Amino acid sequence: MPRLNFEGRDYALETGESVLECLERHGVALTSSCRSGVCHSCLIRVLEGAPPPAAQKGVKETLRAQGYYLACCCRPDADLKAERGAAQQRYRAIIESVHPLNATVARLRLTETNGFTYFPGQFLNLVHASGQVRSYSIASVPREDAWLELHVGLLPGGCISTWVHHEAAAGESVEFLGPQGNCFYVPGRSEQPLLLLGTGTGLAPLYGILRDALGQGHTGPIHLFHGSVRRDGLYLVEALRALEAEWPQFHYHPCVLEGPAEEDIAVGAIDQLALERVPSLKGFRVFLCGHPDLVRQMQRKTFLAGASLSDIYADAFLPAAAAASTPS
Amino acid sequence: MSLFEELGGEAAVDAAVDVFYRHVLADERIAHWFEDVDMERQASKQKAFMTMAFGGPHHYTGLDMRKGHTHLVARGLNDLHFDAVVENLVTSLNELEVAPDKVAQVVALVETLRDDVLSRTPAPATEA
Ligand SMILES: Cc1cc2nc3c(=O)[nH]c(=O)nc-3n(C[C@H](O)[C@H](O)[C@H](O)COP(=O)(O)OP(=O)(O)OC[C@H]3O[C@@H](n4cnc5c(N)ncnc54)[C@H](O)[C@@H]3O)c2cc1C
Repeated sequence: MPRLNFEGRDYALETGESVLECLERHGVALTSSCRSGVCHSCLIRVLEGAPPPAAQKGVKETLRAQGYYLACCCRPDADLKAERGAAQQRYRAIIESVHPLNATVARLRLTETNGFTYFPGQFLNLVHASGQVRSYSIASVPREDAWLELHVGLLPGGCISTWVHHEAAAGESVEFLGPQGNCFYVPGRSEQPLLLLGTGTGLAPLYGILRDALGQGHTGPIHLFHGSVRRDGLYLVEALRALEAEWPQFHYHPCVLEGPAEEDIAVGAIDQLALERVPSLKGFRVFLCGHPDLVRQMQRKTFLAGASLSDIYADAFLPAAAAASTPS
Repeated sequence: MSLFEELGGEAAVDAAVDVFYRHVLADERIAHWFEDVDMERQASKQKAFMTMAFGGPHHYTGLDMRKGHTHLVARGLNDLHFDAVVENLVTSLNELEVAPDKVAQVVALVETLRDDVLSRTPAPATEA
């Protein structure tokens, strides 16, 4: 009979029993609802073993890539080691540098990340010495960069962003949890057109996703819209223009809400500008990051413009109070 | 073969969800009932509904349907809304070129949910 090791404890699986049923039989509470593989509320992460493919039916590609399975449909015929879907691991790293990207955004690079693996565009949860925790999206690409890169926007009076901008120094040690999130590039369908859209530090995950897609041989057109209130809120403009010159399939569209009109920088609302330039999103894979209102609005608008629900990936940068709580 | 298999199983559900949900959001009679701020959650709800409408595997009971909609009934969910959903479903299936007899089977299946969704005891057989 196969054995299930769940969060460090062993359970015997009965013939044909699902992981969900087995855990419940042993009094282990796991969130579940439809119990038929539709609602996905019972996702678990498999660390060792090969569950039957049926247990990943309908699971989003990005979650599959991370080893997520549906506990209700997972009837293993061999031993399995698994944990709750949301479980996050704790890491320590060293600050390599803190460097301004513009007046309000700092680039934080971490090294010696102790085996932390991630997909560019996912986020981690930075733990401040005070115990406060904040999410930051990952802009680096492990294949290309020797560091872990975050872009932190300064929020006046903000606990962690102020610390990053004014106190954090190279050589210091920091703690974080993760990785989390499904907003990243998965190889395959390399000719599919991509729309990447974000405001402010929403560029961080998009910058990671963009370079990841290019590096993995994505050949379809990639449109990146980065918006800001004024010109001084944009950043990495030169780096993105250089990528545009290097890769013919990549199109960079910087947008500002308030003029003056400048060469190559569009003036207007980013959602309107994007849908004017790319009017039909049929067949597109869409990535939306940054301000929560914009992200939600764009999820709907990009869907109505033709993108399939299963092809829209989004990370709303919710302020800490509204973000998911982190396990201690 | 079950209706679900005849309709094309899960792949058909995925295709139908996109078409149906686009119609629903464009229908001002009912769009507000579907405006969840979380599009991903909305997508999985629509998928669950469509799987059920197609006669696919699901574990919802009439009681689940009732519980899931009582707060909406309290806010005024009624037959007109239910009719509009069915109408959008039919439009979507027609667009996807589903055979008319299959569309009729889907509609019949969805009709069995009406009383539970609207929180009432089954209507007498004489009522139209
Ligand atoms: C998935 C995810 C990814 C994220 N990625 C990034 C990223 O890559 N880069 C980045 O800079 N941030 C990102 N954030 C936001 C980040 O987690 C913090 O919320 C932000 O840095 C503020 O933290 P703080 O400690 O400086 O401010 P806090 O001490 O949390 O906030 C100070 C005060 O400002 C308010 N406040 C918080 N956010 C805002 C806001 N946006 N506008 C106005 N008022 C606000 C708070 O309610 C509070 O009253 C992300 C958030 C999420 C959920």
